[in-house]
Amino acid sequence: MFIGGCLKMLTVENISLVKEKHILKNVSFELARGEILVLLGPSGAGKTSLLRCLNRLDSLDSGNVFLDGTDTRALPVTELRRRIGLIFQAPALIPGTVKKNVCAGPRLAGRDISDEACRSLLSQVGLKSEYCGRNVEILSLGERQRVALAQVLANEPDILLLDEPTSALDPTATLVVEALIQSLHNKLNTAMVLVTHNLEQAKRFNAHTLVLADGEVLAEGNIRKLMESNTNPKLMQFFEGRMESNEPKGP
Amino acid sequence: MASESLLMSYGLVVGAILISLLNQLKMEREMFSSSLRATVQLIVMGFVLEVVLAIKEPLYLFLILLFMCAVAGIISGKRGKEIPHSYWIAFAGIFLGSVVTFGVLYAAGVIQPEAQYAIPLGGMIIGNSMKASSLSLNRLIGELGHQRARIETLLALGASSRQAALGAVRQAVGAAMIPTVDTMKTVGLVHFPGIMTGFIIAGGSPMTAVKFQLAIMYMVAGATGITCLTVTLLAYRQCFSRDLQLIEKFSPTH
Repeated sequence: MFIGGCLKMLTVENISLVKEKHILKNVSFELARGEILVLLGPSGAGKTSLLRCLNRLDSLDSGNVFLDGTDTRALPVTELRRRIGLIFQAPALIPGTVKKNVCAGPRLAGRDISDEACRSLLSQVGLKSEYCGRNVEILSLGERQRVALAQVLANEPDILLLDEPTSALDPTATLVVEALIQSLHNKLNTAMVLVTHNLEQAKRFNAHTLVLADGEVLAEGNIRKLMESNTNPKLMQFFEGRMESNEPKGP
Repeated sequence: MASESLLMSYGLVVGAILISLLNQLKMEREMFSSSLRATVQLIVMGFVLEVVLAIKEPLYLFLILLFMCAVAGIISGKRGKEIPHSYWIAFAGIFLGSVVTFGVLYAAGVIQPEAQYAIPLGGMIIGNSMKASSLSLNRLIGELGHQRARIETLLALGASSRQAALGAVRQAVGAAMIPTVDTMKTVGLVHFPGIMTGFIIAGGSPMTAVKFQLAIMYMVAGATGITCLTVTLLAYRQCFSRDLQLIEKFSPTH
């Protein structure tokens, strides 16, 4: 699909998802090869649901998603999920060693990866090779997040979907993981969709940003420009931190 | 056994009721009603068996066993209501476990297609299969909820439903087999099973009783194994959509 003369890797057209309520309403965007797109919005805006729809862990109620011009519904779901890798907010690793986790994706597809390849993947996410034999139970949250990242990278995805990868980390670890994501992006040139509810984080990435609220796209563009030129009151509310979370309230 | 002796043995239940009464345990009513219920059920069963054991036609025996499988399927299927088609799945598992076990025992010459073998042994096989099916369904539902995040991680990495559910399936089969495995481990050491006890009381030789008991144990192990494997392998497939998504009923709170 040609937009403005460049081949778009991922095209999302008017997608909607309805469960007990409308989770996503006519969301559209495009992602070019090697681009980082930041999905920004308050809790309950539909950001995670959007990623799940792209990885087809949830099915769309309407709209289309094209990967390299092919309707993703025409692709075998296992192939699609290898090509669009999803890293969850709270990684649920497989009990056992780091190596077992890193090799999981290729093994599910019936191929093994060498120790050398495993070590190289760990080094890409900033973990030393001695981590290979460590049990994932003893890892810190930040280390678990890195193992989850290496696990998805082992599938050699075309697009990486990162769901609030730093939400459980302290400020220092957050900056380290952000730097890791940037360096991975520079090295691999993999297209990425990064979800965050943190405006400061979105500003640090300084990338093309899609602001979501109540399942709708409020605005799209470079985050700094959006903040400067915005006239949308709902968007201003969000930037000024006055937008309420749409998550169900506790008892 | 004389009826007076039977009445005297009921004295043990009366004793237990009195203990409950004296200690204000409030178990008297339930103990009395359940002992009465057991008595009535067994007496009715005695009359029914008199009729059933007189049946000579194998087709009628098969229909009776099929009816027992259907009832067991309904009871067990209720344990897996969250899983689509759970009643059919439970029935299929119980039926297959029973048919295969009966077939092998018949081919080995352990039993004959006669009412005196088919009905009591059928009851044992189907009853044990039903327990295995219920435990499998119950545990599978629990594990799918408990392991949801891990299952979705595997799915997101490109796993098939079989690969993603393998951990939950293993847990469910393992849990359903626990009673059978533990019974086999402790038989003769911790408890003397009913058939063996009955055979020895009736004057049979202990070694013949052991042979019968072994055949029964193999039968139960075979039936429960086949049932819980069939039930679990049929059930987990129903828990995923065509797009390989774990259906929403299975949340960690289940």
